[in-house]
Amino acid sequence: MTTKSILLVGVGGQGAILTSKILAAGLISEGFDVKMSEIHGMSQRGGTVATQVKYGEKVFAPNIGLGEADFIVSFEKSEALRALPYLKSGGALVTDDHEIYSMPVASGVAEYPAGIIEELKRLAENVLVVPAGRIASGLGNVKVQNIVLLGALVKAMKLDQADWPALVARYVPPKVKDLNLKAFEAGRA
Amino acid sequence: MNKVMMSGDEAVARGALEAGCLVAAAYPGTPSTEILENMAQYKEINSRWASNEKVAMEIAGGASIGGVRALAAMKHVGLNVAADPLLTMAYIGALGGLVVVSADDPGCHSSQNEQDNRLYAPLGKLLMLEPSDSQECLDFTRLAFELSERFDIVALMRLTTRVCHSKGLVALSERVEVPPKPYVRNCAKNAMLPAPARLRHIEVEKQLAAIEEYANHCAINRIEWGQSKNVGVVASGVSYLHAREVFGDSVSYLKLGLTNPLPHRLIGTFCRSVDHIYVIEENEPYLETAVKALGFDCRGKDLLPVCGELDAGIVRRAFLPDPGPVLYKSDLVVPPRPPVLCAGCPHRGFFHQLGKKKKEVVACGDIGCYALGIQAPLEAVDTGVCMGGGFSVAIGMEAALKAAGDARKVFGMVGDSTFFHSGMTGLADAVHAQSNICLCVLDNSITAMTGHQENPGTQLDLMGNPASPLDIISIIKGLGVPENRITIIDPLNLEQTSAAIDQAIGAEGLSIIVAKRPCVLIKEVRRSLEGKKCRVDAEACKKCKQCLKVGCPAVSFRDNHSHIDQDACVGCEYCLQVCKFDAIARA
Repeated sequence: MTTKSILLVGVGGQGAILTSKILAAGLISEGFDVKMSEIHGMSQRGGTVATQVKYGEKVFAPNIGLGEADFIVSFEKSEALRALPYLKSGGALVTDDHEIYSMPVASGVAEYPAGIIEELKRLAENVLVVPAGRIASGLGNVKVQNIVLLGALVKAMKLDQADWPALVARYVPPKVKDLNLKAFEAGRA
Repeated sequence: MNKVMMSGDEAVARGALEAGCLVAAAYPGTPSTEILENMAQYKEINSRWASNEKVAMEIAGGASIGGVRALAAMKHVGLNVAADPLLTMAYIGALGGLVVVSADDPGCHSSQNEQDNRLYAPLGKLLMLEPSDSQECLDFTRLAFELSERFDIVALMRLTTRVCHSKGLVALSERVEVPPKPYVRNCAKNAMLPAPARLRHIEVEKQLAAIEEYANHCAINRIEWGQSKNVGVVASGVSYLHAREVFGDSVSYLKLGLTNPLPHRLIGTFCRSVDHIYVIEENEPYLETAVKALGFDCRGKDLLPVCGELDAGIVRRAFLPDPGPVLYKSDLVVPPRPPVLCAGCPHRGFFHQLGKKKKEVVACGDIGCYALGIQAPLEAVDTGVCMGGGFSVAIGMEAALKAAGDARKVFGMVGDSTFFHSGMTGLADAVHAQSNICLCVLDNSITAMTGHQENPGTQLDLMGNPASPLDIISIIKGLGVPENRITIIDPLNLEQTSAAIDQAIGAEGLSIIVAKRPCVLIKEVRRSLEGKKCRVDAEACKKCKQCLKVGCPAVSFRDNHSHIDQDACVGCEYCLQVCKFDAIARA
């Protein structure tokens, strides 16, 4: 098989890195060679965060260039739009419709763009909107938004070989294991 | 043994363990920090944070002279700090294998420049290895120790952000114990006075010649013949992987792992065998210059950028006629999302108050979270150069403003870890020169930006053992600042902070502000704030937007009034003090 690329984007603190770790572990358990790349440092401080997971028989380069992502998973809708040029022609985009103001927006210097979801759907063929933040809040904690999205992605990618619930349980803090498992199933439903 | 997923940094730490490394030292800096953080789990290695990279290099150098395998790790700009001991350790060589890891940052993901530290290797007479992925990080680290001892030379492991922070599957082995070699006094080799240094230089050149012979036929410098010899790609590090991604087996490769001294004979053999030579590398034309010096025509920096990081797409667009995929593009403008000071960050109060005095103050900043005080809406900091520069740049700035008859007061700022790193020396100069400036230590009790590493001010060391914490105020007094010149404030106490800044602006001579409050991300601090929130009373809000000027990610303007996001707020109550209309209260 050719190498597949998944780009996960969000805002620092949303749990994109944990999500990609679980995703990578699942892909390894499905027998793939996997590489994962993350940029952290300043991005921990509320900036844009991007992590990249590539898998296949043999993966060379760890990072994903423009127009190369088979899947984009976005934790925040304006980040989905920012990342859109990375989507491969015909690739699939899974995004939360959650919005988080960046500092220029919050302080009134810039405006949060209106009509993002419509724009995404107008431009790309495969756009799936998952209200993961709302689902997570409904389950009791907005922080499990990332695991809801993981569930949605696993379903969209038809990755059903791995024991995903076991992997989720292994990577999240024991105290919130059950909540995360519920979040995963809600996303996969 | 099963393969495990590891980042390049984790794999370097594992490689050092397996190689029998006994001493490791580093100063934290992205993307190198995780090397020592991971090393700390291996109790076989005496791992420690040093107060700066020079100290780390000297600790590792001393251990090597003493006969054990040692490693120092740092980010690329840290190598500038460590360059003094490093370039002379190169003459001393390595009784115990000596490995220095430089983590470069093409693209400036979290750095003030994107210098290419491969250029240090020929300058410093260092053996250089460039791993491409995590498995090579482990294998090359082991090899670096072996070669360092075998050739009595310092080995430089040159990584880049993508190598450090990418994860791949890695096969592990067991640790090989390397017993310490007995230390015997040998000043001709270990004490670099001019006379022995001249002789040692000759020895180092001989060793470099011997290493070049080795480099011409070692397994990590190899030709990989592809389906065609029409194109031959010369590459090292992560650039080799980008090339592989783009060209697959359609071209031939010269994959270089040992890149100083360069294997000139091997490069010649390869270049003569192919019709067209592509040199693919990030930043400087290091390999390209060598290929051209051998008399070969090649394509490289005429097609690829010197600035920024590469990816496969950039390589593809540079070398292949195919313009690549059509990209999805929207005309909607997405506002930038720069990193910001966290909700509850103690730096916020200080910068908010300092930013209000823009007309009266020139503020020299430094490296760390507090560099975020440069940005809107705080806009409190004017300059940012290097670690420790906050203090010393201020000394020069004051001289310049004085010469120009500019009455603005110069402030210099460093954090607590930076104070220990290289702030103390600048302070010594400011005291000695009787500078008319205000120097501020923004003490949040931790090395915050890189993810909470211990420093000389903390209670524990890297291995979790109790340490003797140094007291910053005592040091400042010890350096000769009188007590009545030192003001200690809680930076989230608006009144205190504002008064201290006003007082410093009016003062003649050197004054010191120590803004003391621990980072909000420290677990104990988090716990103490649990359940505390602030909220806006929409009725009472006069829409003056003063609270937006504090630059807190929890505060925004929605539905025609200020709003505090209850998920993000930690209840630090700084915005509450800013609101003149009592529209913000504890929730």
